[in-house]
Amino acid sequence: MENYMKMEIAARSENESFARSAVAAFALTLNPSLTELSDIKTAVSEAVTNCVVHAYRDNEENAKILIECKTETLPVQAHRGDRCEKYGVIHITVADLGCGIEDIDKATTPFFTTLQDDERSGMGFTIMQTFMDEFSVESEKGKGTRVRMTKKIKATENGEVKERVNA
Amino acid sequence: MQVNAKRENNILYIRLCGELDEHSAAQARHSADTLAESSALVERAVFDLGEVSFMDSTGIGFLIGRYKKFRRLGVPVYITNTPPTTDKILMMSGIYSLIPKI
Repeated sequence: MENYMKMEIAARSENESFARSAVAAFALTLNPSLTELSDIKTAVSEAVTNCVVHAYRDNEENAKILIECKTETLPVQAHRGDRCEKYGVIHITVADLGCGIEDIDKATTPFFTTLQDDERSGMGFTIMQTFMDEFSVESEKGKGTRVRMTKKIKATENGEVKERVNA
Repeated sequence: MQVNAKRENNILYIRLCGELDEHSAAQARHSADTLAESSALVERAVFDLGEVSFMDSTGIGFLIGRYKKFRRLGVPVYITNTPPTTDKILMMSGIYSLIPKI
């Protein structure tokens, strides 16, 4: 079964918390573990922060961030021992219409930052890559940047308990 | 994000409570630096992250920035009570080689 949501927010730092919480709330339908949910929140926060900090620094007019999420429950089942596991998946896209990234390889290198004096760690893309199962970024100068991320959510059957999230 | 301090046996404990992201970092930075400047004669500063409910890579920059600030004052910095989600990010960044976990 598929489900989706789309939202558009102003590229302002006060929306960072809202954006990651909204995506996390949407992901709850897949019954994620606390760790999975926290990974999603962190990755979304990194993507949104990039849009706020970098995308519109030359032109703040009409600065917006577009977030789309799609969830699906995969029909494929992987057997592990006598247990039968299903996977849910959430696809998240975070896009802006800002300045674009000149050199994506450079930008995604750990610790690389264009704003050294700003106490930026340069770890944003590395965290997105590490915390999510799939990650890609496409960008066009002057047009914007789009980050796509996918996280697999393990669902367990047969009454097996995993750490539950209190929604 | 709330930044609270207490001083015990010449150790300055700086306790962060709440969400540390790009939005909240500016205020937290200001509060922590004010504490640093008034921390004459402390032996060490310890960042207590036990009440941090969310942190992204902004936290890495924040902690390294404060580390530099305290180092100029001759005060070594440590981290304590790291929640698992925060620990994952800090571990990845290698920050513990600069600011040891106690």
